[in-house]
Amino acid sequence: MNTLFNILIDGLAYGMVLFVIAVGLSVTLGLMRFVNLSHGAFAMVGGYCAAWLTREAQWSFWLAVPVAIAATALLGAVLEALVLRHLYRRKELDQVLFTIGLSFVLIAATNAIAGPQVQLIVLPPLLAGSVDLGFRTLPAQRLLVIGAGLAVAAAAAWTVTRTRFGVWLRAAVDHSGTASTLGIPIRTVQCASFAAGAALAGFGGILGAELMPLEPYYALKYLVLVLVVVAVGGMGSIAGSLAAAVLLGTIETASRYLASEWGSLFFFVAMAVLLAWRPNGLLKR
Amino acid sequence: MNHPTMTHPVQAAVAVAMPLQPAQSAPRCAPPWRAPLLLLVAGLAACAAFPDQLGLITRIFITGLFVLSLDLVVGVAGLATLGHAALFGLGAYAAGIFALHAHADPLLGLGVGIVAGALTALVSGAFLLRYQGFTFLMLTVAVSQIVLSLVQKARNWTGGDDGLSGFAMAPLLGRFAFDLEGKVAAVYSLVVLVLLFYVAQRIVQSPFGLAVRGIHENRARMAALGTPVFRRLWLLYTVAGALAGAAGALSAQTNAVVGTDSLSFALSAEALVMLILGGAGQLTGALVGATVFTLLHHTAASINPYHWLFVVGGLLMLVVLVPPAKAWAWLRQRAGGVR
Repeated sequence: MNTLFNILIDGLAYGMVLFVIAVGLSVTLGLMRFVNLSHGAFAMVGGYCAAWLTREAQWSFWLAVPVAIAATALLGAVLEALVLRHLYRRKELDQVLFTIGLSFVLIAATNAIAGPQVQLIVLPPLLAGSVDLGFRTLPAQRLLVIGAGLAVAAAAAWTVTRTRFGVWLRAAVDHSGTASTLGIPIRTVQCASFAAGAALAGFGGILGAELMPLEPYYALKYLVLVLVVVAVGGMGSIAGSLAAAVLLGTIETASRYLASEWGSLFFFVAMAVLLAWRPNGLLKR
Repeated sequence: MNHPTMTHPVQAAVAVAMPLQPAQSAPRCAPPWRAPLLLLVAGLAACAAFPDQLGLITRIFITGLFVLSLDLVVGVAGLATLGHAALFGLGAYAAGIFALHAHADPLLGLGVGIVAGALTALVSGAFLLRYQGFTFLMLTVAVSQIVLSLVQKARNWTGGDDGLSGFAMAPLLGRFAFDLEGKVAAVYSLVVLVLLFYVAQRIVQSPFGLAVRGIHENRARMAALGTPVFRRLWLLYTVAGALAGAAGALSAQTNAVVGTDSLSFALSAEALVMLILGGAGQLTGALVGATVFTLLHHTAASINPYHWLFVVGGLLMLVVLVPPAKAWAWLRQRAGGVR
């Protein structure tokens, strides 16, 4: 019973981290049709920024996190404005190769700057402790991760479906020519959505630093997991990504608790079965 | 990857449907044995010129064969895959286990590797090829990761993370023993590569190969013309699996060790990079890409593995921003227009 509860809580937290990183990729992939494999590198950049700010610069965690997210968003915006926008109309394979190359360069740069060792983010006392929920005590960090994941899901869904920006984004994706004629600032919308995706990736990198240790190869190591979540959830579907992330995160956590000698077998078997059952996404028929 | 002569879609379909009429066939007139023969000469010359680099040269031959097999899937059939290492690795493990437990003859082992690769492709292809595009890509990743987990789990057979070792190959054809310098290994790999390169070229230029190219260009039209799309792709995937299995078997036999890295995601991704670097769909491009990439890797990685990432990352971005075809055309124009 105790193990089951631990699996559920850890799986939920792991799934939320996967979701926060994956949702940005899902938006760029599904709505902007841009295959961005450097997304894992953005998560790494966010995590490294937070680690550096809290440890070396001795900033407070609550101040370092927004600054690290903003830095990641800025990196995403600059890259989009300078290079990536020229690749929107290119073939998928070109996009894949360019962004993989970008990840490689970011990995090498990270290693040159920070070294190959694992980076730790210093948590404030509030998060380092545990919280008594009455029937059970839980690490506060897990609760923050789960809460943040739910908040991101709600905010992302609300932005895309209910706000003017979301309308602009969907219009720009469906028919950029018409949207532009109607006075929608296409370039700003594209750049802002890309930066928002990068920011979310950075946030996910910070949230998940305890579960997915920050090291230079982070960018590639967890990229496959994030891509799996996006593929199973269905590209561009926020609710689908959430469902896929929680489901796969729980499966991965459970297999680590109960059958660690099988490695990631169950994760990938589950992925293959889910993808074969619903090739267009978990929640789409 | 539009075919230069097949600009009009209907013409393209007709040309693919009736490949036997010489007037309609592709303008590539070079006989299929010329490129393999050139490869044989160039390979032997390389072996003779750099006798102290035979290990590296052997690795180039084996990688070339693996990328050739990938080119059949990605370049010819247009199926982007990131799980090709599964075919290579299982070929390698099959050849290694065969040498350890059954028989140490290299040619028999090569046959076992080929069969293992082809069988893996046959079984996984029956599932994978029902999907297209991004779903196919992700499913190939899943299949290769499942294979990797299973191999890590089956420690009794594969040695798990420690790798499979402890097997020694018998002399080739009962006469040429594998020496420490690697002369026999290099020539053996080269001959296998040349033969399979010839086979691949014959396959690509056959009516079957043209049908697969047609499916790449327009799946719906080929289906409408009566081509059994799934079966053609399935056969091609199996052939590619056989080639990848052969490459894996060669790797196992010449290194006398098989590690789990032969099944890794990184190997699949690197092979794809090599293919794009050399130009997909041309077969020779696969060999050029494998050679350039392996040489670069060897030079840069011997300095610092992270420098290597800088080099390959920069190279990848450069290839996309300045596509090789465009660069070649520009160079040719500057050199005086041999067009």
